[in-house]
Amino acid sequence: MAKGLRRRLFLVSGISVMACGAATQALALDASQWSLGWDSMPQAVQPGPWTFFTADEGAAVEALADRLIPSDDLSPGGKDVGVAVYIDRQLSGPFGRDAGLYMQPPFADGLPGQGPQSPLTPAERYRKTLSALDSFCKSAYLGKSFVDLSGDEQDKLIAQMEAGTLALQGANAKAFFQLLWQNTKEGFFADPIYGGNREMAGWKMIGFPGTHYDYSDWIDKHNQPIPLQPVGIADHPDWSQPTAQS
Amino acid sequence: MATTLPHKDVAIIGLGWTGSILAYELATAGLDVIAIERGPWRDTATDFPPTWAQDELRYGVRLDLFQRPAQSTMTLRNKISQTALPVRQFSSFLPGNGLGGAGVHWNGMNYRFLPTDYQLRTHVTQKYGAKAIPDDMTIQDFPMTYEELEPHFDRFEKLAGISGKAGNLNGQIQPGGNPFEGPRSAEYPNPPNRQPYGATLFAKAAAELGYHPFPVPSANLSQPYTNTLGVAMGQCTFCGFCERFGCGNYAKSSAQTCVMPALVRQKNFTARMNANVTKINLDSTGKKATGVTYVDDTGAEFIQPADMVAVCAFSFNSVHLLLLSGIGQPYDPVANTGQVGRNFAYQCTSSVLVQLPKDTKLNPFVAGGAVGTVIDDFNGDNFDHTGLGFIGGGVLQATSTGGRPITQISAFKDTPKWGAGWKQAMQDNYQTIYPLGTQGNVCAYRDAYLDLDPTYKDPYGSPLLRLTFDWHPNELKMSAYITEKLAGIGKAMGATRIESAPRTGPYTVVPYQTTHTTGGAITGDSPSNSVVNKYLQSWDVSNVFVFGASAFPQNSGYNPTGTVGGMTYFAIDQIKSQYLKNPGPLVPA
Repeated sequence: MAKGLRRRLFLVSGISVMACGAATQALALDASQWSLGWDSMPQAVQPGPWTFFTADEGAAVEALADRLIPSDDLSPGGKDVGVAVYIDRQLSGPFGRDAGLYMQPPFADGLPGQGPQSPLTPAERYRKTLSALDSFCKSAYLGKSFVDLSGDEQDKLIAQMEAGTLALQGANAKAFFQLLWQNTKEGFFADPIYGGNREMAGWKMIGFPGTHYDYSDWIDKHNQPIPLQPVGIADHPDWSQPTAQS
Repeated sequence: MATTLPHKDVAIIGLGWTGSILAYELATAGLDVIAIERGPWRDTATDFPPTWAQDELRYGVRLDLFQRPAQSTMTLRNKISQTALPVRQFSSFLPGNGLGGAGVHWNGMNYRFLPTDYQLRTHVTQKYGAKAIPDDMTIQDFPMTYEELEPHFDRFEKLAGISGKAGNLNGQIQPGGNPFEGPRSAEYPNPPNRQPYGATLFAKAAAELGYHPFPVPSANLSQPYTNTLGVAMGQCTFCGFCERFGCGNYAKSSAQTCVMPALVRQKNFTARMNANVTKINLDSTGKKATGVTYVDDTGAEFIQPADMVAVCAFSFNSVHLLLLSGIGQPYDPVANTGQVGRNFAYQCTSSVLVQLPKDTKLNPFVAGGAVGTVIDDFNGDNFDHTGLGFIGGGVLQATSTGGRPITQISAFKDTPKWGAGWKQAMQDNYQTIYPLGTQGNVCAYRDAYLDLDPTYKDPYGSPLLRLTFDWHPNELKMSAYITEKLAGIGKAMGATRIESAPRTGPYTVVPYQTTHTTGGAITGDSPSNSVVNKYLQSWDVSNVFVFGASAFPQNSGYNPTGTVGGMTYFAIDQIKSQYLKNPGPLVPA
């Protein structure tokens, strides 16, 4: 971040590039992994305890992610590839606060085509819905939490959330499902620097080689496999340990 | 209390393609020029280095290069009878921000509109009769012709190093190019890009069907190039991170890669970054601009006096600023009076998913933003519209821009949405589904327009822009027709399965469709039908010029940048040769 701010104070051959007063710094400091809109490198997610979730919330999201992306021959499951770690770090960062979005009232439901209109931030939506889901499970399944249910029971609840037929107290289950599924896909497929896609498991499943910069040799070699090992922003399976372990 | 700054000859609002070109031309003509840009300074080496520019989450999903809705957004409704609500996060279109603007994150498809597109109303009326134009369709002719613009298209293409193959050189049809294009005075400055597998299948199938495939004219350079300003550019490496991303290798044309290295050497040029122009100031007559007011990122307000003001923002923002500044009469669709905000248009896109046999290796990650093959057989009036019930058309394209896994893996509608079935489909589809697309025209209508929202405000306390827009029967019929043609090509590619998604109503602000928003400050031959004259000069305040796609009277079935570039140089020529010698209206009202 210092690099980004410093660079904007320079003077070059008659151009004064002015910037960086208090508001810019506030915006820049409002980011944990990169400075919003600035030329800062992303910071790798570090292993360690949850930064946003409580222990119960984290366990529930791990269980949800493991049903959305189950472990099978194609890849490890959502929990093992770090989807919940990814979501946890996102929720404690600018994404969790809807940083940069237009969040001025009045809020109205509107038409579907008018786009998201909720005053709830992603962090608030996770907190609220996970709590409501826990209450629902405890009441419907004799004191059990979501994590204690069988895979089939969990799938059934997820399908109900997806369809909008699960009535959760004080929470919109369908809107939560959409957010959770979007974030789960991100945690499976985003660069491993963000804490998910551990050992590039998501990329390996589909055969995406990651952030190679030059395919000039391959553009006109048609319809044949490209035997490149996947590479990420910060790591390569041959160079280092995975970036984040919870 | 605003601080008044020293006078400048020219204040330019927005430092993207048009702002940087204008700044260069006027600074080298000896004028003292300041460009005031709302977003940050961005350079290739510091902001898009190949070490971390290819970050799908940050740029492709979180949209880090784009305008922040918190800073400025607009409200949306489909119909005048509805209440508009704010676009809280961008999705359908993605306005740029910062140095380079939308020219940083574009894919780089660089077309000229067809000659008939510039005389659309006249052409349609002459060929199909006045009844072919519905009463509520407010299309009109550009006040300039393709022939007038041609040298300026050429100039922009040479600035940007566009890679392509001419289809019509001085009236002679050229094999391998677009035979429908207007006559070009010169070949493209660079040869076309090499083609990935999916595009070659499309080209073969289209040719077999009797169509005329050609490589998309591209601002992803096919070879190293030194442009007309002496700026050296690199060669596209097909990394597959182009749209929504900056290019780390100086291979995508933009203000950064084509103009800034020459512009920053001009001692009479100043760039003011992170400075948001809130108003163009007028004198007591309301007929002359005295400069602009802007707010920097500490909240401090400044008055920048200037003899000439050029509005070079993204199309929405240019119209917004005119409305906030009281330049021109706001359009009222009910009374049908006023011009500012009138004739907003967009583009009507659609897709066809083409699944190829199981062992196919499309290698979708080997891609560029504008690397692939297109046909123009169903664009504009390149095909007979008799009895079709619509006017216009669009490019049909095989230009998949990457295999980025969060956002770019195609799936049929019946694919499981999650779980083991979803995983299997992602693995199966990644190498085998090629997404084809159309980019259809959108006509102008009486009820598609921009004005100020009565409820929602930006951080400076100004009303947000309000967009009222929906699809009309013309565009939906057009989309159904050309999407069916596209599916025909898909079948001929050897598809094992095809799924077509022609555009259907209503217009929705999610998901992403295209950032080609146009109109609102349109060009015309009279103050009674336009905001600016043919040289993009305000009819009402003659020392204000408004550049960019906000000047299009309606939108054609092409990406707009090439036309914007040509219109920019066309206006600049007149400004330099006439206006600077004798400031005043360049066209009598």
